[in-house]
Amino acid sequence: MSTQVANNSLGRRALQKLLRQKLTVICFVVIIIYLSIALLGALNLLPDFQARVGESYEPPSLSIAKIFGTDIFGRSVLFKLLAGTKTAISIGFLVTSIAVPIGITLGSLAGYYGGKIDGFVVWLFSVIVSVPYLLMVIAISYVLGKGMLSMCIAMGSIGWVGLCRLIRAEFLKHKEREYVLAARLLGANDYNLIFKQILPNVLHLAIITASLQVLGAIKSEVILTYLGVGVQDGSSWGSMISDATGELVNGHWWPLAGVVITMFFIIYALNVVGDALRDALDPKLVD
Amino acid sequence: MVGYIIRRLLYMIPILLGVALLVFTLFTTVGEDPVRIALGNHASPEAITELRSKWGLNQPLHLQFLDFLKQIITFDYGRSFNTGEKLSALFAQGALVSLSLTLPPFLLAVMLNVSMALVVAYYRGSIFDRFATAFFIMAMSISYLVYIIAFQYILAFQFDLFPINGYEAGFRAIPYLVLPGIIIIFVSMGPDVRMYRTVFLDEIKSDYVRTARSKGAAEPRVLFKHILKNAMIPILTYTVVAIPFLVLGAFLMERFFSIPGIGDLMINAINTGDFPVLKGLTMYIAIGYSIFNLITDILYAYVDPRVKLD
Repeated sequence: MSTQVANNSLGRRALQKLLRQKLTVICFVVIIIYLSIALLGALNLLPDFQARVGESYEPPSLSIAKIFGTDIFGRSVLFKLLAGTKTAISIGFLVTSIAVPIGITLGSLAGYYGGKIDGFVVWLFSVIVSVPYLLMVIAISYVLGKGMLSMCIAMGSIGWVGLCRLIRAEFLKHKEREYVLAARLLGANDYNLIFKQILPNVLHLAIITASLQVLGAIKSEVILTYLGVGVQDGSSWGSMISDATGELVNGHWWPLAGVVITMFFIIYALNVVGDALRDALDPKLVD
Repeated sequence: MVGYIIRRLLYMIPILLGVALLVFTLFTTVGEDPVRIALGNHASPEAITELRSKWGLNQPLHLQFLDFLKQIITFDYGRSFNTGEKLSALFAQGALVSLSLTLPPFLLAVMLNVSMALVVAYYRGSIFDRFATAFFIMAMSISYLVYIIAFQYILAFQFDLFPINGYEAGFRAIPYLVLPGIIIIFVSMGPDVRMYRTVFLDEIKSDYVRTARSKGAAEPRVLFKHILKNAMIPILTYTVVAIPFLVLGAFLMERFFSIPGIGDLMINAINTGDFPVLKGLTMYIAIGYSIFNLITDILYAYVDPRVKLD
């Protein structure tokens, strides 16, 4: 009996549903490829993007280093893109790993306890959403000093709001449900009720939000780097795009083309997987 | 209803106080020193002290904060560190430019995207729907910056259809605003059509739709008469809350196309440590956001009799 229930769990049904969709599986593979590149970068196994491989602005040709041509200093655009992949994925994960725990913790505490705690959390996120997002991120990054880490902390310290609201709303609903009342009657304490009983039932929201958060962070990085906050050493898609404005006018289209293609696949994959996760995990849509 | 509005207006006070505290902390106590930015690293100590007292930065922090609160209540944020201009004049001028950049494309985009979403929802499940959905996800997978660069390069630089950048006062601004407007509409299409489509599809599952169909109403009538009316509620919420941010302008647009709006003002203020500008702008936007949130809730109750304000 118990195994049957386990076999029919939301997670398992979701996984089965996801694996039936070819596009989603392909997009999973794409994400894994980008993750592997980022991992290689973290282990210092990627080719050095600072090294000269040819003349300034060589158009694309059929060698690995020059498949996307070279930049103004004769560096390989491909190697820069790989380094940028590491940067982007790191930012995505760093921001998510800051924002999601904060969102879950504050959301569940506010929803579960209500009263003063709830009042404080609601006040806190009302304050944050009243200030324009980019102004806040830029201001916090300036305060912490320019660079990748402070940019991530800035994005993470604001990015929890959406998830917190969702989790809070779910907790408000769930804490009145019968299964929670039953657990309470059996003598479960607050810790048990929050983390063992209710949280597993709303955690899918965190998974969906996290996939969107990675995507949002990657897109924001590009804009922030263009505005001069963020990654400064050239190993980012954002700095490559901001260089591209001047390069296009002189007919050097390949660095921009390289970034657009590289960014397209990972953002597309994250979009598709995010949608698929929502469809698969949202019980309201189970048919 | 009146009680509700008064209570909501009172609740704005702690929120705006929070925003003021946040902004003050970020820009005054831990941010970079504006005097250093203004005078450079080689200024004499006397010059630094003089500018410091002129800008009121030599006072204790709690007095500076009280000053800031007074500015918020009187809507008088003093003068810009950079230009010495009065901020109210600077903001009014910038807001006009930003609104003329963002408001027309915003209104057009809402109408266009709602209509497109209706069409897509009407053909839901068909090849057309799937193609449109796939196309919008693809369009959303390209960075905003890339669209600006590509549109500017192709339409303004290669084909010379629009000025590349720049701005002139009055009605002569229009040629400069068309291309950024087109980009704003284009970029809004993906996320908006997808969201409106979801809203419509949610409504299609409702009981009143089944009732309308069983009465024999034709599909277009169900869609345009019944569903559109009900779906306007979430669409309204989504749209009205976005309005205060229009004043901020599409600051990336303003930067790329050299349009002197609020967004441009803000980025310059950040780069030069012009804190009065940043503090004033943030407070204006926070107040606008709170007020428009309230307006949304009131409209909500007005268009949907099921919603009670209490």
